[in-house]
Amino acid sequence: MSAPRYWREIKYRYRLMGELCTECGAIVFPRRSLCPHCGCRELEECKLSETGTVLSWTVIQHPPKGYEKYAPYVIALIKLDDGAQILSQVVDVEPEEMRVGLRVEATFRRVREDGSSGIIEYGYKFRPIIEEP
Amino acid sequence: MRPVYIAGVALTPIGEHWELSLRDLACEAALKALEKAEVERIDALYVANMGAAPLQSQLHLGALMADALGLYGLPAMRVEAAQASGGVAVHEAHLAVASGLYDSILVVGVEKMSDALPQEVRSALAMAEDQEYTAYTGVTDVGLCALLHRLYMERYEAKPEEIAALAAISHEHAVGCPHAQYPFRVSVERILSSPMEADPIHMLECSGIGDGAAALVLTADRGDVEIAASTVAVDHFFLTERGDPLILEAVRAASRRAYERAGISPRDVDLVELHDSTTIMGILSLEDLGFVEKGFGARYVSEGNVRRGGELPVNTFGGLKARGNPVGATGVYQVAEIALQLLGEAGRCQVEDAEVGLAENLGGIASTASITILRRR
Repeated sequence: MSAPRYWREIKYRYRLMGELCTECGAIVFPRRSLCPHCGCRELEECKLSETGTVLSWTVIQHPPKGYEKYAPYVIALIKLDDGAQILSQVVDVEPEEMRVGLRVEATFRRVREDGSSGIIEYGYKFRPIIEEP
Repeated sequence: MRPVYIAGVALTPIGEHWELSLRDLACEAALKALEKAEVERIDALYVANMGAAPLQSQLHLGALMADALGLYGLPAMRVEAAQASGGVAVHEAHLAVASGLYDSILVVGVEKMSDALPQEVRSALAMAEDQEYTAYTGVTDVGLCALLHRLYMERYEAKPEEIAALAAISHEHAVGCPHAQYPFRVSVERILSSPMEADPIHMLECSGIGDGAAALVLTADRGDVEIAASTVAVDHFFLTERGDPLILEAVRAASRRAYERAGISPRDVDLVELHDSTTIMGILSLEDLGFVEKGFGARYVSEGNVRRGGELPVNTFGGLKARGNPVGATGVYQVAEIALQLLGEAGRCQVEDAEVGLAENLGGIASTASITILRRR
């Protein structure tokens, strides 16, 4: 991963920024030139909800290159409270504690250390919400 | 548009061919197919491949393979659509012959996966998905399937053994197949006691890593096997943007169009080669190809309907699971296998009295679907 390639996604990955379709109201993530649901080209940048619910999950036992030291890790399909869906690692959880319906929140974490360019990559992961008493 | 026929097919055994290079494999299959086809000349060469760039640092496969085959002056190119490269290459070749522009085209699907370390292969396979927001999470191709697998089990109350039955039946079918990578029986119990690859998917529910090449000659000269339809369709690239992730819209769109072009309904199909990269993809495919209602695929499989002697034989040489999945070549293997069945040249894997066969080849998490329907003339 080259420095510019990493740099241009920083805003979206660090702050969980997506887009709102001004025509159909869909929340679009990641950003793009037109709404994938209605084709409208008027999209406004918007902040995604940082909380959501697990729709499905898995545990990656055999990871791709660069992710070996994190394995095994949980990956989940998450429905955010604003309706958008996101794919993310879920951390601070044992695989045995995972379940469909688990409430999760976004957290800022290290994603990977790239050997070829020396960049330490950060971004969003999710973790279970601990309810306040 | 004029009819297109399959003149010659050839397959190399799938396995870990330490002694053979990408070029060796492609030549072995291509030369054999050319020999069988007996066409006067080849007008174009299409090479189907997914991973040569990341795995062999090799691009420019059109010119490279044409040179290796002694074919000069003709158009030659690589066709890439991730794991659907093979099916899409057949589609492109079919269009070119059907249009009347070319009379005979050689399609070679080739993949060499055993040169790389397993984690490098997994990274290469993850290149089928968006690098910035999907592969970036560390998810693998099997991991994406696992999300669907769990959703399916929860929503349709499918049992693990019903879904795993597809792998067991595919292995059963591969017994006696000379080109299959894993031509032996594996019980459902053993599949479900194998280690988890990506919970809830067990290792023995996934296709493996293998090298192989398959070749076809497509021609306008009348032959015994006709391409009744060849279609390609794409879906939302991101799983997160699909209305219902358990519906493979690309498969629905491509197959609906294919049935229409061939003038048939799913009921007329005698055998199917499914893209069972993992068991759940095979199950979802059976449903979205129109063979069984959504949610009933796993039960349909576990009841034995997809066995060789059953209502709808699938993966008659073992499918991706047992025949093997040399990704970019897989779609060409599937079409070649259907042709062998219709020609009565399937040996111990022969399905009796088959007239119409369908091959389904998927790229990524079914972002691309290619459907080929062959008919015996």
